[in-house]
Amino acid sequence: MSKTNEVLVGPIVKNNPIALQILGICSALAVTSNLKTALVMGIAVSLVTAFSNLFISAIRNQIPGNIRIIVQMTIIASLVIVVDQILKAFAYEISKQLSVFVGLIITNCIVMGRAEAFAMKNPPGISFLDGIGNGLGYSLVLMFVGTIRELFGSGSLFGIEILPLINNGGWYQGNGLLLLPPSAFFIIGMFIWIIRSWKPEQVEKPEYVLASNTKGAEH
Amino acid sequence: MSSNNDTIGKTLTVTILLCVICSVVVSAAAVMLKPKQVANKDLDRKSNILAAAGIADPSKSVDELFKQITTRYVDLDSGKFVEAPVANYDARKAAKDPQLGEKLGRSEDIASIKYQAKVMPVYLVESGDGSIEKVILPVHGYGLWSTLYGFLALEGDLNTVVGLGFYSHAETPGLGGEVDNPLWKALWPGKKVYADDTSDPEIHLVKGSVDPSTPNAEYKVDALSGATLTSNGVTHLIQFWMGKNGYAPFLNNLRAGEA
Repeated sequence: MSKTNEVLVGPIVKNNPIALQILGICSALAVTSNLKTALVMGIAVSLVTAFSNLFISAIRNQIPGNIRIIVQMTIIASLVIVVDQILKAFAYEISKQLSVFVGLIITNCIVMGRAEAFAMKNPPGISFLDGIGNGLGYSLVLMFVGTIRELFGSGSLFGIEILPLINNGGWYQGNGLLLLPPSAFFIIGMFIWIIRSWKPEQVEKPEYVLASNTKGAEH
Repeated sequence: MSSNNDTIGKTLTVTILLCVICSVVVSAAAVMLKPKQVANKDLDRKSNILAAAGIADPSKSVDELFKQITTRYVDLDSGKFVEAPVANYDARKAAKDPQLGEKLGRSEDIASIKYQAKVMPVYLVESGDGSIEKVILPVHGYGLWSTLYGFLALEGDLNTVVGLGFYSHAETPGLGGEVDNPLWKALWPGKKVYADDTSDPEIHLVKGSVDPSTPNAEYKVDALSGATLTSNGVTHLIQFWMGKNGYAPFLNNLRAGEA
């Protein structure tokens, strides 16, 4: 695999930011109760990660090491504000639903993590692609969780009715738990389980091994 | 990263340059997109008012439909029409302003809103001869998790409900969040707010579906199942806004033709 391919496609399954790196879980809980917000959030995070990687990488040789985190934060925060303003202007309904979570992209560990781990050491072009790739990996998990939550929680996909709810005169009783944030924990957990069964090399080695019980033998 | 990046001079230069560039980008985005954002907010408010009044029509533009609606301002204490206190009056902001709002006492504040604006906007639909067809009143109050903001629309008799709709809340999806369910909202039209000749609101939510043949059925609406606290919140906010601290004085004046 060429390097371009590796940074772009790698984070989607092999090195998924949520499933392997366990980053950005918080916003994945909050915005996945329906697919539309999950998709917009995925796009927003991809764009912010890509452009913050691009700009940080472009000035990486000028950034003084002792204030590099602050420099990265300033660039990320500016990009997030711009994205928030654009959403408010062109997708008002969705920006109302996403509310504070667009602003919280600033604190999304994926953006900061990629800036520090990749963009500071690589040229701008490849950093940009790395941002897109990690954004896609994040979006994939969001869409996966969003599909399950919206389909079984409110019987629809992208707001289009698939399973008619009893409340609206149909036959399907929506699963209320899936509409609440904690359900995303279970789904992400299962997602990680599926990926790691498929690619066992992702399973981390236990940091501590339980010693065998020495007391039991005495009794 | 070469080590000479870490000198004080270089650090200051990078910081200042970065801050200037970022602030220019951020302010440019904010200023250039401002008109579009304001228009969006306005459109959102108007379509909510139209939806509560039951005159939303997807085939026509919101602005066109909104032409039949007159916005007026009402002083809640006196119940009379007044001029807007300031240009671009925003009742939500005014509630917390020491001049334009007031703090509610604990016993009066059944809707748990703490602060109330002295002047509220009301929206009127007038027929050709100038008589009032519909009155749309902004209401809000606390449910279980959040403040519910919405509009209650009344017929020209100022007693019969045309519709109730909330445009902003954060109640539990599937339970309290069902305030947005069209089937539940369809229970409201035709209900009466006040019993004959009183100005204490009678309307409230009850458990179980309301059989139209039972006495006082016109003052009762089926509560949301599994959402007692949100339902109580809805009862309280309607009783508050339709009561003497809310729009009751204004509706009395309007009925007597003295507003």
